[in-house]
Amino acid sequence: MPDDHGTIAGAEAGVAELGDLDGYRRSLGGMRRRDFLRFCTGVAATLGLSPGLGVRIANAAVAAARPTVIWLSGQACTGCTETLLRTQHPSLESLILDQISLDYSETLMAGAGHQAENWKAAALKQNWGKYLLVTDGAIPTKDGGIYCKIGGKTILESVTEAAKGAAAVVAVGSCASWGGVPSSSPNPTGAVATNKIITDRPVVNIPGCPPNPYNFLATVLHFVTFGKLPELDDKGRPKFAFGRLIHENCERRPHFDAGRFAIEFGDYGHRQGYCLYKLGCKGPETYANCPAIGFNDVGQGNWPIGTGHPCVGCTEEGVGFSKGIHELATLQSVAPPLGYPGVVEDKGQGVTPVAAATLAGIAGAVVGAGAVMTSRLGHHPPHPPGPPQTPSPPPAE
Amino acid sequence: MLAPRPLGGRIITPTFVIASTLALIAAAIVLYRLVFGLAAVTNLSDGYPWGIWIVADVMIGSAFGCAGYAVAILVYLFNRGEYHPLIRPALLASLFGYGLAGLAVIVDLGRWWQFYAMFVPWYMNPSSVMLETALCIAVYAMIICLEFAPAVLERFGLNRLNARLKRVMFAIVALGLLLPTMHQSSLGTILVILGHKLSPLWQTEWLPLLYLLSALLMGLGIVVFEAMISASGFRRPFEVEILGKLAGVTVVLLAAFLVVRIGDLAARGAFSLAFRPDVRSLMFWIELSLMSAPLVILGPPANRRRPQTLFLGAFVLLLGGIVYRVNSYLVGLTPATGNWHYFPTLAEIMVTLGLFSLEVVLFLLFVKLLPILPARHKAEEAGRT
Repeated sequence: MPDDHGTIAGAEAGVAELGDLDGYRRSLGGMRRRDFLRFCTGVAATLGLSPGLGVRIANAAVAAARPTVIWLSGQACTGCTETLLRTQHPSLESLILDQISLDYSETLMAGAGHQAENWKAAALKQNWGKYLLVTDGAIPTKDGGIYCKIGGKTILESVTEAAKGAAAVVAVGSCASWGGVPSSSPNPTGAVATNKIITDRPVVNIPGCPPNPYNFLATVLHFVTFGKLPELDDKGRPKFAFGRLIHENCERRPHFDAGRFAIEFGDYGHRQGYCLYKLGCKGPETYANCPAIGFNDVGQGNWPIGTGHPCVGCTEEGVGFSKGIHELATLQSVAPPLGYPGVVEDKGQGVTPVAAATLAGIAGAVVGAGAVMTSRLGHHPPHPPGPPQTPSPPPAE
Repeated sequence: MLAPRPLGGRIITPTFVIASTLALIAAAIVLYRLVFGLAAVTNLSDGYPWGIWIVADVMIGSAFGCAGYAVAILVYLFNRGEYHPLIRPALLASLFGYGLAGLAVIVDLGRWWQFYAMFVPWYMNPSSVMLETALCIAVYAMIICLEFAPAVLERFGLNRLNARLKRVMFAIVALGLLLPTMHQSSLGTILVILGHKLSPLWQTEWLPLLYLLSALLMGLGIVVFEAMISASGFRRPFEVEILGKLAGVTVVLLAAFLVVRIGDLAARGAFSLAFRPDVRSLMFWIELSLMSAPLVILGPPANRRRPQTLFLGAFVLLLGGIVYRVNSYLVGLTPATGNWHYFPTLAEIMVTLGLFSLEVVLFLLFVKLLPILPARHKAEEAGRT
């Protein structure tokens, strides 16, 4: 793309001057109005949105200022962004067109190359001290961080630079929150979490692989609405989402308490939906709200344990990608008892030896007496089938 | 055949002493229960509110008590006068069966001191099959007393009163035929309304008929049983001719019972339950064997003329009837949800044993003191003594 088209000058023209689309030539890279709308429709299609939303995208691109969000991806699989694309309330288009101004996202942005990098630089400069920085993916630190570079800069540099002017930093996904898969042993790239790089301010961690998008959206919208971050726990995770163990809200918890466990995949207990603890479920040591909100808005039960797989503890440092998937969890809140009460307690008094013996004795005596009587009657000869007895007249009654 | 007369003879016999002792033990336990409550004596619980006091004493006792009903049907309804000598012993069995069943009900009532409320119209629930059964049995117990009264009146020479009673006896007898028909079938109806709580091996809409038939069968059975026992015990002639005929009637009724019982099971497709390895199916097969065996024993006419087979048939029939009633009221019944257990306590068993012992005691007393059993021919008496 020619340098004189997509330049930072356009961005510097300022949001206020974007009202007249036809006068917006330079900042749109020389596009006419029709081209711009066609482009926005193309963006909508890229995002998997209805083509009719192209107009809204166009309007959003020139609308009044919304909080700027800069999204930097490091050593990531893009899963965190993908999960964000599947949200419904608010939907992604509502988020990025009405709620925030997603000024830089390697996955979602339409621009590329120098144009995108320039736009980022402009957005940072223009919103210095006000924008929200989102990171996903771990940040390699070994050998100067050369294992992840974008636009010629290591992600280490990008994040360090962007963090300086950020109002808040949100680390999305396990990789950004505590290192995730890239940081698991032997960690060849020296991958670390965002809060290991940005230490001068709180980093909100939304761990998960991927995290539930609503935990991220809720955090962002909390920031957008109230201008501050939600309450965090000691690991920087929002308490509303990570305040409780999965084990505490799990729909299979009654099976755990009753001692009904799936022992192997496909066995009777597994098919009956019994507790997956003995298959290595990490629910008892993993803090997340997965059982409460589920995934993909398709109803309850749509989460790993709901589909019959033990939790791998993806949100929990030291559990996810560290422990074996089928390794027993370390129980945090409760330990299964050594013995279990019956599901239905016995009630009432059953048979006692004395009563049984007495009853058996009586039954034996009755049968014995009957047998003795029968045998004694055997001595009497059968009655001859003589002439029928003349019935005596009934006594005068 | 001569008019009935008291047997006389010694009152205090070993049988009398043993039976009286058992009855006294039962009386002591009943007294204790009336003062300290059901829980102090029984294993009854919220899950099993009915124990053997109901099942054995009432269900079986009243079935034994149907002797008078069964013989009265033959004598008065079918006008078969040849059975008349059997009517007084049969009524005696009824008197004890129903009297003691009534006693057992009162003992089994949680708040027994309120039993009179049953007879107070404004406490009644007219939709209750239990009320119908209870009133029916209570009234029938009084009717039996009236039916039996001539034996007592004769004994004490109250002939004018006896003559007056005889003028209304037809009405009393008619009531005596009606009431057991009602309440014996109602004992089955009680089970019908228990619905799914009763195992399909026993639950059927034919229960009223089955209960009526089983009552008649056990009534006839007890007549034969009692006659053979008294003949043997008191060294009297075996009334084989008449009892054999009675056994013939029994065979027909038993065949009808078995046709309904087995046909119903087959029609409902409930037979598969009988092949599960559990207590219920075991008890079912014991019941069915005991109920079928008398058909084989008493079926051949020759067997109905032999005292041995007559007795055996009646005895097995009674056992079968007992097991049928115990099965349908206790074994096959799941009275409450939950893992409830019930087995009678020693005290419960002793009370039931004592009640049946009391029947023996009273029977011995009555036949010796009152004109119950037909008198022997002079020649026979001479031959014996």
